[in-house]
Amino acid sequence: MAAETSGAPTSFDRGGWGWLFQRITAAFLIVVLAFHFFLLHFYHHAYEVTFAGTNARMSDVGYFATMWLFLVTATFHGVNGIYNAMVNQGITGTQKRAAQGILGLAALLLVVQGTRVALHMNGFL
Amino acid sequence: MSQSYNRGLVEDFGRWKEFQAGMWAWIFHKFTGWILVGYLFTHIAVLSTAIQGPESYTTTLQSLESIFVVRILEIGLLSTAVFHILNGTRLLLVDLGIGLGSQDKSFYASLVLTGAIVVASVPTFLAGLGGGV
Repeated sequence: MAAETSGAPTSFDRGGWGWLFQRITAAFLIVVLAFHFFLLHFYHHAYEVTFAGTNARMSDVGYFATMWLFLVTATFHGVNGIYNAMVNQGITGTQKRAAQGILGLAALLLVVQGTRVALHMNGFL
Repeated sequence: MSQSYNRGLVEDFGRWKEFQAGMWAWIFHKFTGWILVGYLFTHIAVLSTAIQGPESYTTTLQSLESIFVVRILEIGLLSTAVFHILNGTRLLLVDLGIGLGSQDKSFYASLVLTGAIVVASVPTFLAGLGGGV
């Protein structure tokens, strides 16, 4: 029945690293996104956030590492998700390479800027 | 041996009347994903005020939090994130072969649970507006 799989464009490459990392990052993000929301909206309140409070949290190495990994995994998961959606939409060839380049650059810039922000938050920069 | 079939062009939304629970779950997951990745870029942009200095950061965040529409948007973001988390958990389980036979019911459960969590969170998300409690 394999011949019947042709027709629809798909990003569903079950053996691919992209497929695996999308799911590994998903498992991590489920926990950390829920923690992030809970900490900054229920334990603390968003309207009470100050630089001093952020600085105190980001000065904890474990919290800083968790937030930086949150940035990197969320960026990968989100940007790779957009790329998968575009492949589903049927892009091929030059369009596909352009999408890889633009999305890859956007992801890199986001991680660099997010890292700069994090280092200002903990007082390193 | 597993069976495969031609599902047609799933992005042809003109077929929406044919869509069943699994298809709506796929569409909602994609839609909430677009919102969340868009917000991620916006979030880092707002937090970048930390680079300008502590005062700029605190003033920007507290000014934004004093705007009613921003609080409503935050509740929208919460509902988007909660659905994406719950349906994402459902997808991971289905990928592992768990609950495949009841994937439609788990989608409905994701929707109901999202609604319940968001409604229960509204007071917290509106707290402190206008200097009140």
